Amino acid sequence: MLGRDQVQRLLEAALRRSPAEQTEIVLMASDSALTRFANSEIHQNVYESNAEVRVRAVVGKRTGVAVSNRLEPDAIARAVETATALARLQPEDPTFPGLPGPQAIEPVQAYSETTATYSPEQRARAVKVVCDLASEQGLVASGAFSTGPSELAVANSLGLFAYDVMTRAHFTTVIMGEDSSGYAERAAVDVTAIDVEALAREAVDKAVRSRHPVEAPPGEYRVVLQPYAVEEMLSYLAYMGLGALAVQEGRSFLNGRFGQQLVAPSVNLWDDGRDPRGLPMAFDFEGMPKQRVVFFEHGVARGVVYDRRTAAREGRESTGHALPAPNPLGPLPTNLFLGPGDASDEDLLAGIDRGIWITRFWYVNVVHPTRTILTGMTRDGTFLIERGELARPIRNLRFTTSVLDALASVERIGREPLLLGGGLGGSLVPALRVGRFTFTGVTEF
Amino acid sequence: MRDYTQRVIDLAQGLGASYADVRLETKRVQIVSVKNGVVDALADEESSGFGVRVLVDGAWGFASSARIEFPELERITRLAVEIARASRLARRGPVQLGPPVRSVGTYRTPVVRDPFSVSLEEKLDLLFRADAAMRAVRGIGVAESSIECQRVQKTFANSEGAYVEQELIETGGGLEALAVGEHEVQKRSYPNSFGRHQGTAGYEFVEAMDLAGNAARIAEEAVQLLSARQCPSEVTTLILDPTQVALQVHESCGHAIELDRVLGMEASYAGTSFLTLDKRGTFRYGSEVVTIVADATVPGGLGTFGYDDEGVPAQRTVIVEHGIFRNYLTSRETAALLGETSNGTMRADGWNRIPLIRMTNINLEPGPWRFEDLIADTDRGVYMQTNRSWSIDDRRLNFQFGTEIAWEIRGGKLGAMLKNPTYTGITPLFWNSCDAVCREWAVWGTPNCGKGQPSQVAHVGHGAAAARFRNVRIGVY
Repeated sequence: MLGRDQVQRLLEAALRRSPAEQTEIVLMASDSALTRFANSEIHQNVYESNAEVRVRAVVGKRTGVAVSNRLEPDAIARAVETATALARLQPEDPTFPGLPGPQAIEPVQAYSETTATYSPEQRARAVKVVCDLASEQGLVASGAFSTGPSELAVANSLGLFAYDVMTRAHFTTVIMGEDSSGYAERAAVDVTAIDVEALAREAVDKAVRSRHPVEAPPGEYRVVLQPYAVEEMLSYLAYMGLGALAVQEGRSFLNGRFGQQLVAPSVNLWDDGRDPRGLPMAFDFEGMPKQRVVFFEHGVARGVVYDRRTAAREGRESTGHALPAPNPLGPLPTNLFLGPGDASDEDLLAGIDRGIWITRFWYVNVVHPTRTILTGMTRDGTFLIERGELARPIRNLRFTTSVLDALASVERIGREPLLLGGGLGGSLVPALRVGRFTFTGVTEF
Repeated sequence: MRDYTQRVIDLAQGLGASYADVRLETKRVQIVSVKNGVVDALADEESSGFGVRVLVDGAWGFASSARIEFPELERITRLAVEIARASRLARRGPVQLGPPVRSVGTYRTPVVRDPFSVSLEEKLDLLFRADAAMRAVRGIGVAESSIECQRVQKTFANSEGAYVEQELIETGGGLEALAVGEHEVQKRSYPNSFGRHQGTAGYEFVEAMDLAGNAARIAEEAVQLLSARQCPSEVTTLILDPTQVALQVHESCGHAIELDRVLGMEASYAGTSFLTLDKRGTFRYGSEVVTIVADATVPGGLGTFGYDDEGVPAQRTVIVEHGIFRNYLTSRETAALLGETSNGTMRADGWNRIPLIRMTNINLEPGPWRFEDLIADTDRGVYMQTNRSWSIDDRRLNFQFGTEIAWEIRGGKLGAMLKNPTYTGITPLFWNSCDAVCREWAVWGTPNCGKGQPSQVAHVGHGAAAARFRNVRIGVY
């Protein structure tokens, strides 16, 4: 890692040499390591040290972007010159609001020295715990365990400078038997917060219980979604319409529906990059401080996230959700929170005469964005619920269902949210019991 | 470069590595995109670095860095060895690579016009003309057009004597028109979805697309889709256009034949495969008209190269022969487990990633039919064009695809336009229902193939032509 002082010196020196009217430089650096295992042994084990500068040069209302992973002053200067030359080539974009001035950014605690210095041997020993527990049950373990620090800095020629150093630890495992499988996942800033044995036992237990699955016919069911499935569903909902650009282009499911009760009153969904229970980051890729944004308040549609460009179109402030430039997707949520309820695992099952319990989804894709229809498969632990209990494992099913319809039919919400996510941010979500969920096919395992 | 590569290999062997390879890469990507009359992205990205892969006592280690300088080469090589030693803590047996690979050679993508030598003014002029033509159609809310160029220069060397230098050039482009209705949006893309069609070629690849000449047509189709009939739910005859056939091959064949998946090495993420080892040579994957090959030598495909990232020369391998499943895509390690040698499919998406088994160009061989004859030969059915959504289970059996547009077929003629078309099936049943493949064949690029942890995105190709499938369930909602 470079450290705040070195990054600031490097970027400010490059900004002073820029020929553009305004210049922004985003630096992203990481020392990331990942240990991957399959067939109960480590088969891939990798480390990467990288740092890149992403330069956005502004000439009038024109912008150009150049990216380089060379950090020598002359290399950064070349990237600045390239970005400036690109900017000069294009016509004015009247909607470009210019770069922001200095921002007051409250730091967040997103760094753990233990995670930053976690060794290959420590990761291998943790992986061995999972492999051994699987072997004890005659099962096969696979998965990935990643750890490492990263730095993010944004500096611009108007005097803005924002810097943060973060760590992430992320562990996923799939435990497989002859005809069964189980899954577990954990994410944390501090690697010691991940209880590897508990993670392994959760996945092993599912793999044991899902042996000898039977076929359940497709159709509409009440379902219990584990946090893994909830997180995937909400991530797609965010992609389909919780960013301002989707609304401004008329392709969001929220168009014309703000203030309306769209989902169950028990559903509260928001984004908060500063919440220490998540995987926090204090500012976005324009250096704007992260704001808390509410999407659903007691089921009523409230808002979406903005970057500076989409905010300027509506005469409002950025909420701090810009992604790295150039960004055709527009702003997107990165730190989702779904408000927990009061239901235990038993409560989620209670009262379901016939339903399906789902660990996670696989290969989800959008079928119809404005109707929020997704399709995908269940995976790694799918069970039939009968008379309020997990009755038997079933073969995996294809679902084709509307996320909004599912959220409108939420009956109970779990009381223990789980922190998930191996990407930019993280999501803290509980399990859900959903009244309407449509399955359209079945597979052979 | 030989100074660098030899230093790494000598050091790795001195530290106890029984095998070592090093790959130095520089990748440059230029992205030009226009959206609703303004430049949406104009970016030039360059990334360079090196990766060292070692085997120590039969266990793998890999480390990589962006700083190509001697002290960093030494640090990274030592770290790769340290990581390999840690891997031994959870190893059940030593990795075997089979016979040594000692390739020495060079390869460069043949191009007519180097895409980086074409001015940005020329690229922007083309995109603005296409953009204007799309937006001239009433009802279009979002018009997007883009060109992307990529150059990868890489040097590979291993401790067995291989030394390979390659320069791979890709060029691509495409259009998307989004029509916005009161409660619905409809999109049309050209020539393919995923934002663009791409190949290993020069700028002539974009010129041949005639983006400006097709812009108004797809915009009009997008608007017409808003008021088109919903695709019915039924079991019927389905004809897929070549781009959707390409994706069908990708998802239901290309991934299923990756031997690392078959052997469980991707179980935690991408999944496994229904094409288990016992099926090789006997399993009827498809009908007699279905022959599929993996061909890294076909001109222009995104999976076309000189050598893979283990130094193995590009090859052509028969995968499905008249419906019978014959071969997998292999690496040195996985092929050795079968007592065979690699068929050259290991590719990494950059200096900072290990190579994985990736599709090259997985091609459905052309058939005898002319497309117009195939439509004329179909009494009742649906013709679907251009992928919109895709999903398949983790063993590559149960799939569901959506396309942007469809037309009903009645009495051997294309009839009414249909919106929101989808179809679903089980892989071998579906391919066994294929009774016709057309002769109008081209290699389509899939520039967004995800696999691996940390994630890697591969650029792969699929030769494909329109094809007909019987008794397919369509209109799944």
